[in-house]
Amino acid sequence: MNNTTAIEQPRNGKSTWKFLAEELKPKGKPFTWFNIISVPVITAGIVIIILRFIHGLGYVSNIDQEVPWGLWKGFNVVTGVAFAGGAYVLTFIVYILNVQKFKSIVRVTVLNGFLAYVFYAGALVLDLGRPLKIINPIIGNSFGANSVLFLIAWHFLLYMIAQLIEFSPAIAEWLGAKRARKILSGMTIGAVIMGITLSTLHQSGLGALFLMASEKIHPLWYNEFIPILFLVSSVFAGLSMVIFEGSISKRVFADKISEKNKTGHKGIIHTFSQICAFAMFVYFFMHIIVFVHGKNWAYLNSRMGVWYLVEMIGFVLVPMVMFFVSYRKVNITLAKVAAIVTMLGIVINRLNVSIIAYRWDAEVPYYPTWMEVVVTFTIIFIEVWVFRWVVNRMPVYNESPAWAKENEH
Amino acid sequence: MGVDRRFFLKALGLTGAAIGTGKPLGASPVVSEDETEFHGILFDSTWCAGCQGCEIACAEAHGLEGPALEDVPEVGKKRKANEYRRTVVNAHETSAGEFFVKTQCMQCAQPACVSACLTKAMYKQKDGSVIWREEKCMGCRYCMISCPFDAPKFEYHSTNPKIQKCDMCYDRVKEGLLPACVENCPAEAVKFGSRRELIAEARQRIADFPGMYHDVIYGEHEAGGTGWLYLSSVPFEELGFNTKVQKKPYPELTKGFLYSVPSVFVLAPAVLLGIHSATKNKSNQDNENE
Ligand code: SF4
Ligand code: SF4
Repeated sequence: MNNTTAIEQPRNGKSTWKFLAEELKPKGKPFTWFNIISVPVITAGIVIIILRFIHGLGYVSNIDQEVPWGLWKGFNVVTGVAFAGGAYVLTFIVYILNVQKFKSIVRVTVLNGFLAYVFYAGALVLDLGRPLKIINPIIGNSFGANSVLFLIAWHFLLYMIAQLIEFSPAIAEWLGAKRARKILSGMTIGAVIMGITLSTLHQSGLGALFLMASEKIHPLWYNEFIPILFLVSSVFAGLSMVIFEGSISKRVFADKISEKNKTGHKGIIHTFSQICAFAMFVYFFMHIIVFVHGKNWAYLNSRMGVWYLVEMIGFVLVPMVMFFVSYRKVNITLAKVAAIVTMLGIVINRLNVSIIAYRWDAEVPYYPTWMEVVVTFTIIFIEVWVFRWVVNRMPVYNESPAWAKENEH
Repeated sequence: MGVDRRFFLKALGLTGAAIGTGKPLGASPVVSEDETEFHGILFDSTWCAGCQGCEIACAEAHGLEGPALEDVPEVGKKRKANEYRRTVVNAHETSAGEFFVKTQCMQCAQPACVSACLTKAMYKQKDGSVIWREEKCMGCRYCMISCPFDAPKFEYHSTNPKIQKCDMCYDRVKEGLLPACVENCPAEAVKFGSRRELIAEARQRIADFPGMYHDVIYGEHEAGGTGWLYLSSVPFEELGFNTKVQKKPYPELTKGFLYSVPSVFVLAPAVLLGIHSATKNKSNQDNENE
């Protein structure tokens, strides 16, 4: 088979440009609930982003001299990255441990992770006071190599590339580029190893960001183990996200998912609840050690103390038990509920460390403006739009084309 | 910070690059003879009259707004430095009467802000001043998160925001002038000099007037030692100082994490590759057995 036919065939003989132009057009119904909600939010969000660049950060945001990082950093970056942790956990299971059972959801998880990073890095740029200077730590005229944030910036960048490589066979299949697919698939395992290494470092790195704020974060949340706690919690945060996302997609993209994978999904959730229960047990246990070691009893008898107990018991212990029970009793619904509670718990934990317990004693406590909230959702909604666009076109849920499968062996 | 960076780069195998970055500053705040000594400023709260001369001079020297006419130090009023003023003087009622204290960036010997900054916009110079360099900063505000004294201030209402903080008037000092506040303090409550000599002088004052001074020099050990040094009649918490700051330099808090990064980079891929090949062989065997 010569090259031209190899490329042309899957696109039914259309030229590359025509093919791309047609693919760019929206597919699907215009008036879904999601569209009705997201379109106005995104429109408002874009206006606010423009205002932010015309008038400065202070115009749209409540961050001040004492609390310099607000919702955009605390939610979009710090929390969002924890949820994107599913990608490295899953690639570890599938490519490193060679457990084939989870293969059907690798692509969608990697895609999710990749988009999450792209958009959260985007949120970071929005939040920069002098965004044009972002090249400084990257092109190397001023490397602040002893900065945790420097490491994170680089890891984000490299990890995005690694994830793009991991996902690239799907793009190649979409474009019908057989040779490219072969080369790109060959790079997968290298990208996976790089990706996992980078992930462990920056998941913990996000915690390490706050290490120097030792007196500014409430002692119930500040400890020298924040990096490890962040890393361990990213495991169950990521997997809970995968469970949650999978349950929604199963309905929304029902036509794309094969019957085999639909039944397989139950088994996947079942195993995930076991991993989550175990990881949460480790996490909870570490918190107890840190708590006892730090002699923190006295703090419990305060507003922050109660809030701490709510987080630890209501959003770690309870979902942990739920995961455990759902595993023993093979109760998939319970596992899904546990995943949602866990995710809420992660949001609470990350916001606690980065915003709520950060300068909890400030005279003017930080509350985000409605504009910050709108932009936060704008970023998430645009991400979902792009996700949907990709899923509707590339073989993410649906099976790869036959030619790609042949190549596999 | 010299030491930190050198160690880190060495761990990455870039020792050559580190040698190229200049002489080490050494871990102790006072450097060896053949180099410039760290400068410092000694503030004696028993001398300060709260006239705000320093506030006005500082604002003028750096083209900032400075204090409004009616904005004077009063007991119970907590004035703060911000993007329009790099320093403020506040009044405090204490067990030994009313005292004034000037606050600004402390010019740490091993600054948290410098180790936080990913663009090297925050920079510790050889003379001890910690400066902010406009052409490098990307406005991430991580320096503000990390500084234990909340010193860097950010221009939130500007489209090209700057960080404002005391830089010990390094540009004036370079030209042989005194820092603006030191030159304009009628009570001579602020004194500029080498940090080593200022500590000696502060000790001398405490020894000469034991009844007058509380026997601690704030800044001698706080945060690993700071360029600004303070004398007072009363324990420093009475004067609104942050006495919870640790004695060790703040960058040490992230050192463990940063040092583990190179080893993770070497070990993790090796381990992952090992597991990968092990499980791969196993699944191949399984296939054959089937
Ligand atoms: S007081 Fe803060 S801003 Fe000033 S040198 Fe120390 S860490 Fe940096
Ligand atoms: S705001 Fe500027 S000076 Fe501060 S850490 Fe970020 S880049 Fe460095």
